[in-house]
Amino acid sequence: MDLKALRYAPTHEWAYLEGGIATVGISKFAVDQLSDLIMIDLPAVGTKLTAGKDFGQVESVKSVSDLYAPVSGEVVEVNQAVAQNVQLLSEDAYDKGWLIKVKIEGTSLPSELMDDTAYQKKVAEESH
Amino acid sequence: MAAGELLRTPLHAWHQAHGGRMVDFAGWSMPVQYTSIVEEHRTVRQSVGLFDISHMGRLTFFGSGALDWIQRVTTNDVARLTDNQIQYSLMPNERGGMIDDLLVYRQPFAFIVVCNASNRDNVLAQFERYPVQAEAKLADRTLDTAMIAVQGPAALDIVQPLFNQPLGSVGYYHLTMGRLLGDADAVISRTGYTGEDGFELIVGAAQAERVWEALLESGQERGIRPCGLGARDTLRFEAAMPLYGHELSDTINPFEAGVGWAVKLAKGEFVGREALRSLKANPGRKRVGLRLEGKRIAREGYVVRFDGREVGRVTSGTFSPALDQSLAMALVAPDAAPEGGSWIVDVRGHEVPATVVPLPFYRRTETHT
Repeated sequence: MDLKALRYAPTHEWAYLEGGIATVGISKFAVDQLSDLIMIDLPAVGTKLTAGKDFGQVESVKSVSDLYAPVSGEVVEVNQAVAQNVQLLSEDAYDKGWLIKVKIEGTSLPSELMDDTAYQKKVAEESH
Repeated sequence: MAAGELLRTPLHAWHQAHGGRMVDFAGWSMPVQYTSIVEEHRTVRQSVGLFDISHMGRLTFFGSGALDWIQRVTTNDVARLTDNQIQYSLMPNERGGMIDDLLVYRQPFAFIVVCNASNRDNVLAQFERYPVQAEAKLADRTLDTAMIAVQGPAALDIVQPLFNQPLGSVGYYHLTMGRLLGDADAVISRTGYTGEDGFELIVGAAQAERVWEALLESGQERGIRPCGLGARDTLRFEAAMPLYGHELSDTINPFEAGVGWAVKLAKGEFVGREALRSLKANPGRKRVGLRLEGKRIAREGYVVRFDGREVGRVTSGTFSPALDQSLAMALVAPDAAPEGGSWIVDVRGHEVPATVVPLPFYRRTETHT
């Protein structure tokens, strides 16, 4: 996966589109901010997602955070390894740590999603 | 309160320079963690951790009326304290609601009252509301001193080399005075909020960073870590120590909170005594420990059900790093029996089965002097 090709929601979820299927995860920055992850709730295969609506929750020692869908579509695959061991996200938020695969509506990712440059700029601002 | 207005401890610059994740806590900019709450927590249980607790209120009392003054507005019996002894106490209002919980230190010529940061103004106001006739002076030393907690089984080994008085002979809830690093006056108490052995050090604000760094160096071989308020909370939680605003408050009385032992109704007249006498006879709810199935955390305010009936709410909950379980404390109706019947915590719509377990969840195995 070319990390530069990821597109990001302002709520720190990422999407990577290939052949009509979007792989969705949360950014390393978000994982680091959450820290001490305990568990994650992910939707079942077949669930219909709407961009901007929550599709699951991730729980850390400190808090529970909703996950927001960066794309609309239908869940076609869930990363069971992460569902069973959320610590995988701390090791690798991208290749091993993807969350779900979504058959998207339409042919492209929503234009509101940020490219890598815009997202890194936002993260730099939030770190201060 | 805007970020620019937050109070800063004398160690604030150090925290920022060393990766402390700063948050607003009771009007103070404090580190919630440096690396990971769980790692910091485990370091304290296994070795030793260092906490900046300078946000805690430190009030010093002088004069012949000091004892009576503190006696009048707190629940424990100050007259029972010997020199260099410390007691846990409570400050009630007239209705028996809790303004704060406190530590009262008795020194040969003074008393120190340590209170929660969030309640310092209310504690000061209560002292002013009930003055004594005899001569007594109160000095709020919170801003010109620092307070550092050194907690964990290795605490004695790392503080002693820096201090000019013996610490091993200082008993639990006792204090001593002396000098750190040759010239830094310090009050050192064998107290803490983690369930481990440890010390709390009060030093002048100007000495804080030097003392902090010397402690880190002294503990380097033992794997000492600076720890934030996140680990402080999970540690006190496992030890089932009440946290004001969660297990104890204006509307949660000491008998419900399990600290009724700190209310000495027979010590003589004090503010709130009659109200507390009634509450003791009929405390209302009781505090229980719950172990939840699975990993979901029962957080403050979540509803607790017993045999399908709502019986109370969670006051604190976390995923215990020492026990590797989801645990919670809850205040529940007195008729909810621990055995038999089924306990459920409603975790955001998930009905999670739970079991009543004894408090504290964690108790250290070693005993100390």
